[in-house]
Amino acid sequence: MKFLPLLWASLWRKKTRTIFTLLSIVAAFLLFGMLQGVNAAFERTADLANVNRLVVVSKISFTESLPYSQMQQIAAVDGVDAVSFNSWFGAYFQDPKNFIFSFPVDPRRHFDMYPEFKLPEDQLQAFERNRGGAVVGAALATKYGWKIGDRIPLHSTIWTRKDNGSSDWNFEIVGIYTVPTDVGQENQFFFQHENFDEARAFGRGRVGWYIVRIKDANQAAQVGAAIDALFANSTDETKAQSEKEFQMSFLKQLGDINYIVTRILIAVFVALLFATGSTMMQSVRERIPELAVLKTLGFSDARVLTLVLGESVLLCVLSACLGLGIAALLFPALKDVLGLVRLPGEVVAGGLIAAVLLALITGLPPALRARSLNIVDALAGR
Amino acid sequence: MNAIVTLQNVTKRYTRGKQTVEVLHGIDLEIAQGDFVALMGPSGSGKTTLLNLIGGLDQPSTGSVAVAGERIDSLSGSRLAKWRARHIGFVFQFYNLMPMLTAQRNVELPLLLTSLSASQRKRNAEAALAVVGLAERARHKPNELSGGQAQRVAIARALVADPTLLVCDEPTGDLDRSTADEILNLLQVLNREHGKTIVMVTHDPKAAEFATHQLHLDKGKLVGTTATSATAA
Repeated sequence: MKFLPLLWASLWRKKTRTIFTLLSIVAAFLLFGMLQGVNAAFERTADLANVNRLVVVSKISFTESLPYSQMQQIAAVDGVDAVSFNSWFGAYFQDPKNFIFSFPVDPRRHFDMYPEFKLPEDQLQAFERNRGGAVVGAALATKYGWKIGDRIPLHSTIWTRKDNGSSDWNFEIVGIYTVPTDVGQENQFFFQHENFDEARAFGRGRVGWYIVRIKDANQAAQVGAAIDALFANSTDETKAQSEKEFQMSFLKQLGDINYIVTRILIAVFVALLFATGSTMMQSVRERIPELAVLKTLGFSDARVLTLVLGESVLLCVLSACLGLGIAALLFPALKDVLGLVRLPGEVVAGGLIAAVLLALITGLPPALRARSLNIVDALAGR
Repeated sequence: MNAIVTLQNVTKRYTRGKQTVEVLHGIDLEIAQGDFVALMGPSGSGKTTLLNLIGGLDQPSTGSVAVAGERIDSLSGSRLAKWRARHIGFVFQFYNLMPMLTAQRNVELPLLLTSLSASQRKRNAEAALAVVGLAERARHKPNELSGGQAQRVAIARALVADPTLLVCDEPTGDLDRSTADEILNLLQVLNREHGKTIVMVTHDPKAAEFATHQLHLDKGKLVGTTATSATAA
C-alpha cells in the first residue's frame, strides 16, 4: 500500500498518453459489460425455463404453423397434463420502433400454463368474455401509460384482417398481469386467439406452437418422443423440445449471441493487448534511468518487477471499473429489451478478472525488462 | 586507521561485443571512517567504475570489496540491493530525481524500503530537507527547482536513511561555480558535523579541495594519494 503513491505518480507521468490509453480500455470494458450483459440476459432467459413444459413446433421450422386440431391429440398423449398454444403476432404500437411482443392466446389455457404470470381472476374472466380484450404486462403498461379500459391499436407486420385488408388491429385492455419472479416477462401483450382466428385473412385454424405441461419432468424425453411419433409422416410433423431448448433456438434466430459476443470481445481484447502492451513498453523504456535509480536506492529486481506490473494492474483495473461502471449505469435503459434491470454480478466479476489478465499479459514483458535492468549500464545510458 | 572501505587486489573487466577491456587493475585501497575522499583522474581512468564497486552497484571481476566490515563482492543481487538500501546514499551528477514526485516524496523513496510508518517517513524526509536547507520547497516538483536545489534534494534523499557511506558521482558537474561551492560546502558540513564518510568522483580540482584526501587514478591504477588543505581545517 505504501507504494501506491509512487505507482499513481508513475502512471500519470505522461498524462495525455495515460488518458488515451485509459479511454481505450474504458471503451473496451464498456463494450464488454454491455455485450456480456446481453449474453447473460439471454442465458438467464433460457435458465428460467420451466422443466415441466415442452414446446411443440413444426419439424420444418418454428416459423411454420401447426393445425389447431393437433391440440386434442397432444392432450391425449400419456404423461401430458395440459396443453396451450401461442402464435407470433409481430406488431408495433404507433411507430415501428415501438415493437410489442404480442401473442394471440386462449386466455384460460394460457394463464393456467404459466402460473408465474399473475392475473386477478376477475380480469381473467373479463379477458375470456371480451373478444376484443387484451391483457398486458405491468412493465409494458407503465412504459406506455396504458390502463384498463384503454383501446390500443397495434399494427401487425404479418397479419391482415379479412374484412378490410388492414394490418391494424384494435384491442381493449381488460387486465394487467405481473410476474414477480421475473419482471422481464412483464413486457408482453396477449389477446384472444378465437377472435383473431376469425378475423385474420389467412392461416385460419392454425397456431404457431403448442406448450405442453407434463406430469413428470423426468419423462420429458419420452413424452416429447410420443408426441412427435403421433404426427410422424403427416403433413404437419412436429418437433417437441424442452422450453429451454425452444428458447435457445428462438434466440438463435437472432444469431448465436454467445458466439458473436465472444468473437467481438476476442477481437477487441487482442487489439487492446497490442495497444496497451506497446504503451507500457514505451512507458518503461522512457523510465529506464528512473528505474535504475530505484535499484540504486535498494529496490530489488523483484520489487521493480512488481512495481511495473502493479502500474499495469492499476491502469487496467481502474479503466475496467470505469468501463463496467458506465455499462452498469446504461444497462437499466435496456430493461425493456433484456428484462434485466442491472448488470449481472458475474459479468462485473468476469470483467475484473479480464482486466487483471490484460494487465499481467501487457505488463509482464516491460516488467521483465525492468527487472533485468543492469544499473551501471542504465545509468550510463547504454 | 579505522577503515570503512577496503579493496584488495580489485580488477574489473567489461566485455563489449567480442572485446574484453580491463578497466581497473589490481586496486588496493582503504578509506577511513569519517573521511571525505575525492577520486580524481582523467576520463576513462576508472573513477566511476571504482565508485560503483564501492557503492555496491557493480561487482569486481577479481579481488575483494568490504564496506563496513561486510564483504560485498560475493553478495547475490537481492542481498546487494538490501545492503545498498541500508549502507549507501547516492548522489548523481544529474540529480536523478523522479520528475513526477515532489521533493518530499523523492526524499522518502529510500524509506519505502524500511518498516517506518507513513508519518515517520514524512517526518524524516522533512528533517533531511531541513538539513540541506530546503524545508520550504518540500511540495515542489523537480522541474520547479533550480539545479542547485535539485541537487540538495538528491543529497537529502541520500541522507534520509542515515547511510554508512555517501557516494557522489560528479555531484557538481552540472552546476555553475557558485552553486557547486554551495553543494560542496554542504557535503563538507555533512562530513565534519554529521560524521558522514564521503567518496566523491570529480574532474574539478577546486571541488577536490573540499575533500580531506584526493585519490588519483590513471589508466585503471591508483597513482597517488594526497591530503588536502581541508584536512587541516
